[in-house]
Order: sequence, then structure tokens, then C-alpha cells
Amino acid sequence: MAAEADTTPKFAEYAHPNRLVSTEWLAEHLGDTDLVVVESDEDVLLYETGHIPGAVKIDWHTDLNDPVTRDYIFGEEFAVLAGSRGIDRNSTVVIYGDKSNWWAAYTLWVFSLFGHEDVRLLDGGRDKWIAEGREITTDQPDVTPVEYPIAERSDVEIRAFKDDVLEHLDAGGKLIDVRSPEEYSGERTTAPAYPEEGALRAGHIPSAHNVPWAKAAAEDGTFKPLADLNAIYREGLGLDDSSDVIAYCRIGERSSHTWFVLTHLLGFEGVRNYDGSWTEWGSAVRVPIVQGSDRGEHVAK
Amino acid sequence: MPLSDSTPNAELHPALAEIRDGFLELGQKDRLLLLLEFSNELPELPGRYGEHPDLFEKVVECQSPVFIFVEVDENQIVHLYATAPQEAPTTRGFASILAQGLAGLTAEEVLAVPDDYPQMLGLTQAVSPLRIRGMTAMLARTKRQVREKTASVI
Repeated sequence: MAAEADTTPKFAEYAHPNRLVSTEWLAEHLGDTDLVVVESDEDVLLYETGHIPGAVKIDWHTDLNDPVTRDYIFGEEFAVLAGSRGIDRNSTVVIYGDKSNWWAAYTLWVFSLFGHEDVRLLDGGRDKWIAEGREITTDQPDVTPVEYPIAERSDVEIRAFKDDVLEHLDAGGKLIDVRSPEEYSGERTTAPAYPEEGALRAGHIPSAHNVPWAKAAAEDGTFKPLADLNAIYREGLGLDDSSDVIAYCRIGERSSHTWFVLTHLLGFEGVRNYDGSWTEWGSAVRVPIVQGSDRGEHVAK
Repeated sequence: MPLSDSTPNAELHPALAEIRDGFLELGQKDRLLLLLEFSNELPELPGRYGEHPDLFEKVVECQSPVFIFVEVDENQIVHLYATAPQEAPTTRGFASILAQGLAGLTAEEVLAVPDDYPQMLGLTQAVSPLRIRGMTAMLARTKRQVREKTASVI
């Protein structure tokens, strides 16, 4: 049985209010039998320095990515991972993390590839929990492993590959580049203060709008209210519920945050995350690239 | 000017070899915990530098803000100072390994440290290759500062 929804008024405005929980809600529900709290951070050791009592850790890189192929794990590995964290197919999974939930959103998106139904984000993430002086612990949670079924990963609805992006371009589909303006224009290929991840060319995919992910986040890392999101994405970009949108960034983590906003907060139905993102596009042979801050146009062949 | 100061098969300095062996004898999970121990041991900056953030060089290759400053004393001994936020334990751990491993080494010995020392610690799987790059950059910047500082002395 799923945990009850958080009835915070701000969430009620969103298209899928049950995808978010507040820190108050989580504090009250810690220890609920059907609830598993997951921490996903950029820093692989941050969980070990202290985490929400009972929370388990899932690392975006070492747990969710295949160690050899540039791809996510498959159903068998996901079943082992989820089961080992005490997650069964009906668990309510609440994910939180550092950096305004970038990596938490990424983990949520990967859970969605496997069709895990009840997966939510903690609004404001790790920083808000700590800023409010709530309890953290270094105690390892006492997890009873459970059986998680082998669910087939579906890469169709919410994931885009390079070829999908090319088709999408030819069809005049919308693209959102959620990187910093410097990455978008081609002044640099990495986020400011981030490691060089090896893209050979700089710039953006023709016609992509540049809406840095952080536009959707408030100062405290929570998601902005619906009216603000509507102003950015509906009025600002002319998107609506039926828009086919592909979001991308550098490796697909910041665009998971935007994917979450477009899909679950605004309720758009055709949003895909291009996880190959700039580290693939910027090194691929014979794909179109635009430099400078103008969007540029794509001429379909 | 050669691309690297390190000779491929040079003997690793005992202090660095000891740190490496400490990691390699552990399983993957425990390696992460050892890195956390290093992270907790990163020394506070000496008071005389705490007031001088301008002296520090930012390691932009690291995912979290980390700043390093290298001092070469009159005996040609290298002192590496580093500062990184508590919310960046992995980066702090890398800085602490270098600060401890290079402690007491001469400028010449530091320049002889293999550039790929971070890859020898067996952390690639536990931490991910991407994250290890930050430490490689930290070592490269340390060596560059040593080179600059010894050049002006000699």
C-alpha cells in the first residue's frame, strides 16, 4: 500500500501533486512500513557523513550506470539493487539529495525507466532538511532485503537517444538545453567549476531553447510555485501539455531535474530526457551544432 | 620541457606507497570508508593562511570547490594546504591524501610523483573514474605550483 499523499497546498497546484513530499511530511512518516527513503548525491561520500535516519543510499554512478557500457543497468541488476535497499515493487520511494535534488531527480528518472510507480522527491532535498535542523545520523540503516521483480526497462517514453533527437529535429520538435549560458553559447563545454568530461565541440543543438535547470528552483532548492513555472515554460517557450519536448544537458542529470518539472509539475505528456546529452552530441560525427547565444535553425534534410 | 616530470617506472615514495597499499588491501566498500577517514583528517588551514584566500588556487576540475596552496620552505620541503567544504567529502578526501602523502617530501620528490598516482589507489570502481579526475587535476596543479616556486628560488 502506498503512503498517503502530502497535502501541502503548493503541491496541490501541480499536475501530479503526489510526486513531491515536504520535509514536514517526511519527518512525520519516517519509519512507515511501505516507505523507503533514498539519498542520491553528487558526492559519493556525502551520505556517509550523515543522512536522514533510516535512509538508504543509491549512487547515480556506481549503482545506476552499467560499469562497462555507457548505459543504465538492466532489469536484473535493478531488481537486485532495489531489493537490497528494502524496496519492493509497491514501496513508496522518497528520494532526496544534494545540489537542489539534481541527482535525486536523476535517480527518480531511472526508477521511472523501470516503471516503478510510486516514486517521489523531497522538495528542497538534503540541504533544506539540514537547514531546518532536522535529525541526521551516520548509523547504517537496518535493511531487510526484499524481492523486487525483474521489470523491463523501457527506453521509449521518457528517454531519448541521439537518433531520436535527430528525428525530433527533423520533425520540428522542441528542445530545451538546460545548461549554463556559457555552455550553450559554446564558450565552454563543461558547467562552470565542473570537470572536463570530454566533448570535442562546443555549442548547442540547433533550435534548442536555453533554460538553465535552476530557473525552476527557488533559493532554498524547492521547486518554484506553479505560476512561476508556467511563466517560464508555457508563456516563455510556448509549450503546452501536448508538446513533444526533449531536454538535455551534459550527461543527463540536470535535465532530469527539468524532465521532472515538465512531466510531473506541469503535466506535459511527451517529455524525454536525452541522457547522452552534450558529452555525446558534442563529440558525435556530422551532427548539427550552433554556436553563440542565438538558437539557430535546423534545416530538415 | 617534457610533458611530465615523472619517469614511468620510478619507485613510488614510501609514504605514497603506504597510502596506496592501505586502499588496495581493502574491499570496495571499505575503500570508500577509508577515503572518508582521510576526508575527516584534512587539517584546518594554519592561521596565517586562513586570512588569505587570495593565495589559494581553485581546482576547477573538481566537482566541488577546492582550493590549494603550495609552499616550498628553505629546505626545499613542500607543504600543501587545501580547503574544501564539509559538503564535499570526496574532494576533501582527495586533498587529504595528497596533503598527507606529500608531507615532508622535497620539491624534487613531489615532482617525481607519477601523474597517474590517483589511479593507483583502487578507487576507480568505488568512486567512479569521473570523480578521480578531480584528484589527478589537484596533483597536476600541486606539481605546477612546486615548479613555479622552485624556479623563482633557484
